[in-house]
Amino acid sequence: MNWLAWKMLTGDRTKYLGIVFGVAFGTLLIAQQASIFVGLMRRTSSQIIDITSADIWVMDQRQRNVDDIRPMPDSRLGRVRGVTGVEWAVRLSKSMIRVRTLAGDFTQAILVGVDDGSFTGAPLEMLQGQHSDLRRPDGVILDFDGYRQLFPGEPVRVGRVLDMNDRRAVVVGICRVTPPFQTFPVIYTRYSQAVQFMPPQRNTLSFILAKAEPGRQPQELSQRISQQTGLKALTWDEFFWLNIGYYIENTGIPVNFGITVTLGFIVGGAIAGQTFYLFTLENLRQFGSLKAMGVTNLRLIGMILLQASIVGIMGYGIGLGASALFFELTERSGQADLRGMWVPWQVAVIAAGAVGLIIVLSSLLSLRRVLVLEPAMVFR
Amino acid sequence: MVLHSEVPEDRARGTEDHRSGSSAAETAVYCRGVTKEFGTGEAKVRALRGIDVHIPYGRMTLLVGPSGCGKTTLISIMAGLLDPTAGEVSLLGCDLRSLSGSRLVQFRAENIGFVFQQYNLLPSLTAVENAAVPLIIRGVRRSLAIERAMALMTEVGLRERAQALPAQLSGGQQQRVAIARALVHEPRLLVCDEPTAALDAQSGRTVMNLIRRVTVRSDRAVIVVTHDSRVFDLGDRIIAMSDGLIDNHQREAP
Repeated sequence: MNWLAWKMLTGDRTKYLGIVFGVAFGTLLIAQQASIFVGLMRRTSSQIIDITSADIWVMDQRQRNVDDIRPMPDSRLGRVRGVTGVEWAVRLSKSMIRVRTLAGDFTQAILVGVDDGSFTGAPLEMLQGQHSDLRRPDGVILDFDGYRQLFPGEPVRVGRVLDMNDRRAVVVGICRVTPPFQTFPVIYTRYSQAVQFMPPQRNTLSFILAKAEPGRQPQELSQRISQQTGLKALTWDEFFWLNIGYYIENTGIPVNFGITVTLGFIVGGAIAGQTFYLFTLENLRQFGSLKAMGVTNLRLIGMILLQASIVGIMGYGIGLGASALFFELTERSGQADLRGMWVPWQVAVIAAGAVGLIIVLSSLLSLRRVLVLEPAMVFR
Repeated sequence: MVLHSEVPEDRARGTEDHRSGSSAAETAVYCRGVTKEFGTGEAKVRALRGIDVHIPYGRMTLLVGPSGCGKTTLISIMAGLLDPTAGEVSLLGCDLRSLSGSRLVQFRAENIGFVFQQYNLLPSLTAVENAAVPLIIRGVRRSLAIERAMALMTEVGLRERAQALPAQLSGGQQQRVAIARALVHEPRLLVCDEPTAALDAQSGRTVMNLIRRVTVRSDRAVIVVTHDSRVFDLGDRIIAMSDGLIDNHQREAP
């Protein structure tokens, strides 16, 4: 009977492909848009993602996200280091800065000042140069995408010169980072050097990165740091989700993407559901004949569910594959806009759930028609 | 052939000619006092108004009458596709009231073959695959089912067209495939609903001759619903209906 269900389904290729297309279209929209949403949310936390060596991020009590910098006095570092259970704590500065190339182009960039001694906070993946090159006078490490923005079409190499706040900076390393939300170039330098590049200001310390002693729970230590210093201390996870929560609550991004995903579900569901229902209607006489010839309702249900599952799985596979291909192609094309985005498994699961719902709803309509079908109708 | 027209009016209306006199062992289908009503209240329609009829094995019985006289309703009840409102139906020695749900469906799958007016072939299956469907429904392995269907295709003269899709066949050829499909599982009752209605005169006669030739045998009953008077001479018995009752115009082969 499975063979019969398959042959009936694929017999009308136009409808069969129409149903598969509907499911694939819905899956594509749901998976692609949800993945871009997840990717964008990750980008809002790109600097957090790229610093994995610290367990705890310490910041001003009023700070709401990684970009909402409330500079602290450098003396706060000593307070954090004084908390029992802290193995080490280092400074990190983060600020926006205007950069000018020798060709005269200006652009905004993210300047990150990492610990002078340990380079904690420096990028994980170096394409050219190394962290220790930051010790060279005016040395900075520039991210690859930022390099292509600042020096478009030119060979990627160290030794380039930039101007930041009328101070000379030399590119001593090229790195790969998680693309930031704003797609600005990311420039790393030593903390003491970053202070020189920044506009004059009284406080320059953005974050204190701390590591718990072996055997200490970061969660428990972060609470202790908060209690003893009056600063906001968050574990990596807490800060990551605080940051994403801020963007979800305070921007229209989730609403926009939510609408698109919902539309994908509705349009995909409508195409697939309607076509599948029409397919059943057109085959009603055949279903009636099968009933008359001795096919039970249970087997008919099985046949319809099998047909629905086949188009569901095929449509889902094509839609998800197209989404993955889209991100793969954008990655390979070097487009910074969508680089570093992919289809997370959670999105794949959600899309599968949505397709499952589409298929169940489509099947229910068809099943109802077939189950109430009188086999005697074949004589009319 | 004998035309029984001398049956008194009061006895013949609603009642088959009792002089045909079949014993229970010779009777495939036996209906007694069968009525069927559709709808309720003022919309109620009495399609059958107390039918007594029997269908013997080994003969081709034609059920004839004008449109709307209840022929289709009667064969639907005889084939177990429709429940009567009242009355008794015995099918192949089995009281249909004792069969319900899946048992009735299984009984149909095993014992009844259907030939429909519109053929009702599955358009995506080849002719021989269509003919194999009743066996596949019964769980016979596909290759074996197709092998047995091919033998029937030969019998109906369509071996050469076995791999053609229904859309590639003429109406007469499609009906021959439908006949092969109806016989492939060796049913004891064959129900044909207007098998010639969608065919031209020559094709209709060919199909009826084929039905006569390949379906009628001593352990099988054949009922053909038709209002095509051009093929009346091919039936062994004719049961005429009008207005939900058996008419008195009946003919029986000697």
